[in-house]
Amino acid sequence: MQKTTKPIWHTLRVGRFSFKQDRRMLPVFGVLLLLGIAILVTSVSYGDFDISPLDVLKTILGMDTGNSRHELVVFTFRLPRILVAFLVGSALSVSGTILQGITRNPLADPGILGVTAGASLAAVATIVWFDVPIEWLPFVAFGGALLMALTIFAVAWKGGSAPVRLILVGVGLGAVATALTNLMLVFGEINAVQEATVWLAGSVYGSNWQHVQTLVVWLIVLLTISILMARQLNTLGLGDDTARGLGLRVELQRVLLLAVSVALAAVAVAVAGTIGFVGLVAPHIARRLVGPSHEGLIPTAALLGGVLLMLADLIGRWVISPSELPVGVVAAMIGAPYFAYLLYQTRNK
Amino acid sequence: MIDINNLSLTYDNKTIIVHELDLHLEAGSITALVGSNGCGKSTLLRGISRLLKPLDGAVLLEGQNVHSMKARDLARKLGILPQSPVAPEGLTVHELVAQGRYPHQSWFQQWSQEDEEIVSEALRTTNLTMFADRPVDTLSGGQRQRAWIAMALAQQTDVLLLDEPTTYLDMAYQMDVLDLLDELNEQGRTIIMVLHDLNQAARYADTIVALRGGQIVAQGDPQQVMTPENILQVFGLKAEVVTDPVTNTPMCIPIGRRRRAPKTASQAENPDASQDMGQNGRVKMSILS
Repeated sequence: MQKTTKPIWHTLRVGRFSFKQDRRMLPVFGVLLLLGIAILVTSVSYGDFDISPLDVLKTILGMDTGNSRHELVVFTFRLPRILVAFLVGSALSVSGTILQGITRNPLADPGILGVTAGASLAAVATIVWFDVPIEWLPFVAFGGALLMALTIFAVAWKGGSAPVRLILVGVGLGAVATALTNLMLVFGEINAVQEATVWLAGSVYGSNWQHVQTLVVWLIVLLTISILMARQLNTLGLGDDTARGLGLRVELQRVLLLAVSVALAAVAVAVAGTIGFVGLVAPHIARRLVGPSHEGLIPTAALLGGVLLMLADLIGRWVISPSELPVGVVAAMIGAPYFAYLLYQTRNK
Repeated sequence: MIDINNLSLTYDNKTIIVHELDLHLEAGSITALVGSNGCGKSTLLRGISRLLKPLDGAVLLEGQNVHSMKARDLARKLGILPQSPVAPEGLTVHELVAQGRYPHQSWFQQWSQEDEEIVSEALRTTNLTMFADRPVDTLSGGQRQRAWIAMALAQQTDVLLLDEPTTYLDMAYQMDVLDLLDELNEQGRTIIMVLHDLNQAARYADTIVALRGGQIVAQGDPQQVMTPENILQVFGLKAEVVTDPVTNTPMCIPIGRRRRAPKTASQAENPDASQDMGQNGRVKMSILS
């Protein structure tokens, strides 16, 4: 008579340790992984110099394809930028997932919260005013994002950090930062402005293995922290009062999670400039696929964001070839209609 | 069990909502906090659960100051259900109830066998077993409230605080939720809740605490507290107190200034009195009777 409930997650138990993972995640993850590999191979094989998908696989796996140029094209030109697209997409997507979690607002993303605007302002100011080497740009952008996040938090603080205040202050300060950025673009020296505009459009053009390495290291650290904090994120989702009642130190956890989210966005912006909509759209689709619990949501969003941006990069290289569209532009072209669709759906609820 | 000493609460350090309040709450009892809007009853509940830091005074739970306890230790002893909580879209009942285990878990022990059993038990107690995999946002109001109570049950606390658990619910669901709370109390839980319906308070509470302007006007069992004088003082409302025909507890009948009453024979002789009734069937019927 009494049905025992079956949880919708798997539990992994090793001695005293136990971790849970959503049941829906495994199949979803598998499909996304296959899709990702398919896009990766297609993307590497596509270009001025066509390489068959089979040869791409062979080259990546270190087998001889009988053409010495394959290795050069795959490893030096194509693979780094494609991997950077994937990693940047992942970082932005997880950043957005966390932001949407802590603000309990499905429309929050690193772009909306002004974090990317802060990074852009810092980067553009550096490009236009100072003659610093281009390699420094990531650090400058990172610093800008962090400074912006701190400012948002300080301004929004009023005996606590209510999610609504964080969003409103973020939107406001983001607008100010964007205005200042535009001001600099208008009055800057033309060559510098040109360079800054390209960076602003968000591009993975010219990425190298150094970028891949930097992103991988940061992502491993930040993703691990994010997944370990999934329970806290879930609890925050029930509202501040309920979370506090469950023994969560709400302000502390929110600051920590915000820091992780900002760091993820900052790393992405630093390497690839401003890329919008991935951080908004990918978490949404992921939530549809595996539900709102963050144990499954974070890894799914990470994979999905990466796959989406890889796809955007491929499309960007294809539509107007031999020229190419920056990946940020394509991401916006895919993301904006989805965003409109989301709004339409919310309205019809 | 819970001792409130000289407690003052404020949101902004300017307006003091609860003023130097003393209160002792018995273990194993149901206490209802009543009073008009803005009297400080919800604020007092927040103060007890330490959602609000006191300006002055202390709340002692089994002799320990609530506001100096570790967050997690307190959460194992005292659960709180805020007014009309909202679950994230798509969150299933099972996932919500599982959240109640949060204070019992750690980074490396996220889901034990014991957690699972306790959640199953909470679902059974609240009759939600068959809804376990349904998203909370697809449930009816009453089921939803039961799901939140199940979450608080999974928290396994001796004390349960609830802020207007029956607000926005249909009448049948209100009874349903209150009956459930009564059942939980029978199993030994101490329940403290803010209720806006005096008659529900009189039916279900062992102790009623009536507040006005952040201070206690009356406290005691329903018979003592539910008097026309107290109701006038607390709510500024003239009322008669009769005996509830179902439970024999006191029942408040507000008097008010205007009303539509069916006509009696004596009123029918006086046409002026029936003027504002309109010429509907009910009036004609009562004239005939």
